[in-house]
Amino acid sequence: MTQKLTPTQMAWRAAQDIADGAYVNLGIGFPEMVAKFQPPGREAIFHTENGILGFGEAPAAGAEDWDLINAGKKAVTIKPGTAFFHHADSFAMVRGGHLDVAILGAYEVAETGDLANWSTGPRGVPAVGGAMDLVHGAKTVAVITDHVTKDGKPKLVQRCSLPLTGVGCVTRIYSSLAVIDIVDGHFVLREKLAAFSVSDLQALTGATLHLDGAVADLDVPAL
Amino acid sequence: MDKTLPDLATAVAGITDGMTVMIGGFGGSGAPIELIHALIDRFLATGHPKNLVVVNNNAGNGHVGLAALIEAGMVAKLICSFPRSADPVVFTERYLAGHIALELVPQGTLAERIRAGGAGIPAFYTPTSFGTDLAKGKPVEVFEGRSYVQERWLKADVALVKAHLGDRLGNLTYRMAGRNFNPLMCMAAATTIVQVSRIVDPGSIDPEAVITPGIFVQGVVEVPNPQQEEDLNRAKAVYPEAAE
Repeated sequence: MTQKLTPTQMAWRAAQDIADGAYVNLGIGFPEMVAKFQPPGREAIFHTENGILGFGEAPAAGAEDWDLINAGKKAVTIKPGTAFFHHADSFAMVRGGHLDVAILGAYEVAETGDLANWSTGPRGVPAVGGAMDLVHGAKTVAVITDHVTKDGKPKLVQRCSLPLTGVGCVTRIYSSLAVIDIVDGHFVLREKLAAFSVSDLQALTGATLHLDGAVADLDVPAL
Repeated sequence: MDKTLPDLATAVAGITDGMTVMIGGFGGSGAPIELIHALIDRFLATGHPKNLVVVNNNAGNGHVGLAALIEAGMVAKLICSFPRSADPVVFTERYLAGHIALELVPQGTLAERIRAGGAGIPAFYTPTSFGTDLAKGKPVEVFEGRSYVQERWLKADVALVKAHLGDRLGNLTYRMAGRNFNPLMCMAAATTIVQVSRIVDPGSIDPEAVITPGIFVQGVVEVPNPQQEEDLNRAKAVYPEAAE
């Protein structure tokens, strides 16, 4: 049985597309790992909703300063070039088209670019945070997600069944099996794991996979 | 002019039942823990204030700060973006039991509603939440081919804010990412009460470095070495401490 990509490997693949000089927001959870895999020679500036641009890695245990945290409430550090700002400026950066890349998690992504990633239904306590803002404004809005749910159902679908985070907002998907762009309301397959045929992938996808030229191998180191 | 206040009890004395209170901070970062605890002290001594509407990004963590305010039974409604945390048990239990109302607002919309409230802008349009459950019932307009949702300003009777340095005129600086919602809330409340780590003489803060100009501030109280919510929660602190 061929292995699907781990979340770490998906994060590595997403990191390869981040250009030198890009301003990037990474969602809480798996997407945060993207920062670790910046290719050598490239400098991306990371943004966090609570008002920091250009923050550094986590401090050593015991060295935390709890006024210096990221959106996931984890301690971070400053480094030369760090900037602080208030929340309205922070979301002006988000909505105002100033970010180059936002990378989020997903429960479902539709071929229309609709994203569902904030609510699994009416039970429990609803919480949205910055997700509904982050899907608007960045030039690339990408998701990192398993290709299918734990019980094997497609997460890439024709129409989302869960409450939406945003309409027509996702531009690229880094799944555990493939890299897929969303173009004019279609999934366009760009890369796939070599062990899977296009028809294998289609069987695991809830909407038509379109081809636009050759499909490259999704080649990721073991990590 | 002297906006300095002698102590925390005086600082929170003007807050009455049913007021809308903005509380600064993002999680524990920039959260005015001592002002919140002073408000709880007053409630325990007098039974007031209660039925508060609280505006904060979160809904408290553990049993200190905002969580303790909710646990004391002082909050009727919370307006926030993310009512989850490492230990959200206080809000979660009250919400699921129907004892506290929740208005969920996307984080950037919450910030901009507060900014608009302080800036005299009654409504604005944002792409955020268009086509989602959180836009239901709100007017939508198309600008340059894209759809935007109308959101209303958010104002408060009182803001409780944490800053770093302050002078008697109310000029403030903040500490790192502790800034977050605090400067916006200073603008949006009729009365803004600020706890600062140090009160300094006017002129000690470089005018270029003032983040909140004093016009947005009504009271400043000095709280040296303020507590951090995260440290209190790691020590499993509860406010008020149980009697022996």
